[in-house]
Amino acid sequence: MLALVVDDSAVIRTVLTRILSGLGYEVLSAIHGRDALNKLEAGASPALALVDWNMPEMNGYEFIRALRTDARWRSLPVMMVTTETEIEQVARALAAGANEYLMKPFTPEMVQDKLALLGLSPTQG
Amino acid sequence: MSVSPEDFRFVSAFVRDAAAIVLESGKEYLVETRLGPVAERSGLDGIPSLVRELRRDRHGALARAVVDAMTTNETSFFRDVGPYQHLRQSVIPALIDARRADKRLSIWCAAASSGQEPYSLAMLLREHFPQLESWTVQFIATDISQAMLARCRNGVYSQLEVNRGLPAPLLVKYFQKKGLDWQVDERLRNWIEWREFNLVGRAWNSLPKFDLVLLRNVMIYFDVETKRGILANMRRVLRPDGYLFLGTAETTVNVDEGFQPESAHSSCFRQRAA
Ligand SMILES: C[S@@+](CC[C@H](N)C(=O)[O-])C[C@H]1O[C@@H](n2cnc3c(N)ncnc32)[C@H](O)[C@@H]1O
Repeated sequence: MLALVVDDSAVIRTVLTRILSGLGYEVLSAIHGRDALNKLEAGASPALALVDWNMPEMNGYEFIRALRTDARWRSLPVMMVTTETEIEQVARALAAGANEYLMKPFTPEMVQDKLALLGLSPTQG
Repeated sequence: MSVSPEDFRFVSAFVRDAAAIVLESGKEYLVETRLGPVAERSGLDGIPSLVRELRRDRHGALARAVVDAMTTNETSFFRDVGPYQHLRQSVIPALIDARRADKRLSIWCAAASSGQEPYSLAMLLREHFPQLESWTVQFIATDISQAMLARCRNGVYSQLEVNRGLPAPLLVKYFQKKGLDWQVDERLRNWIEWREFNLVGRAWNSLPKFDLVLLRNVMIYFDVETKRGILANMRRVLRPDGYLFLGTAETTVNVDEGFQPESAHSSCFRQRAA
């Protein structure tokens, strides 16, 4: 299964890639929303996307809104992974179409727990 | 700082009598790391003095602090996912059907720890079974630790705690931001009746009859005889058609044959017809 990781921080991309690989995913990463959309347009077909909020070019919020207005990606499970921790932000992300929300900092167990909530944990299958 | 063999023996016997907690030899480090801070907070200069005080008074504030510190409180929201799915898809609908005439349900979380488990169940009920709003639902959550009960009543969780296992839509719906932390809604906090209860104590007669009991991840710390005693008491407070949930690594099999695991979910147990 392929997971799409969208974050402008190379450190976070590396950390998430390591965690997801440990859970049996292959990982495709993108450095911002526009980059991610381009990769999807080019044919990438992930089973899940982990998306940062604050990024240059196109932020995570805009990216999720773009996904949800396109029938091809409308039902792609998306988890926001961000330093934004206000309740209004969580609510906004969910309203825009995020399925889950993880606040930084996080541990591998937290990522795994959240994937289980999305019905995506390998231990669930 | 290290613990003398004699002090270790005393502490193990003390926590076994007080809370059925088994401290095997080799766990000296646990006594050091957990009781060191207790000694410090009580103004005692180390574990030898703490043990001396404990020998003098086995029922006072220090004794409670020692039991509190020696219990393991690891927990999380919707821990293990599976039991909650089974509750939602099967157990709660069955109970609602069985109790539809008198519209009463009674629920007990018997090792509440810091509250994530009872709050998870409370949210699940509110989300998926709104018809219960017109029922009389008695929801009791207990723990032996007063410190844990204080946390339960407060319902305040750190960002790290709400990050674990709690679905974001429920965070938004049932919590408020409080500084850097998150607090459960007053409605849920007041819905649950928080009580101190020692599973190896003598207060079982003070309990009502229950339709559903969660006794998860606490008996793992007890020896077989203690488990038998608790499950025998459990058979008396659980209604004949009630449901008992244990932790994923726990079972009644070979411990109490009055219970049998459900075929659909191995951590859910029913009583055998007598
Ligand atoms: C590991 S936590 C389990 C929390 C929760 N049920 C779960 O599964 O996530 C164990 C709890 O059992 C409590 N406990 C330990 N001994 C007990 C006793 N004798 N009577 C009642 N509670 C006890 C501890 O205080 C602790 O909060």
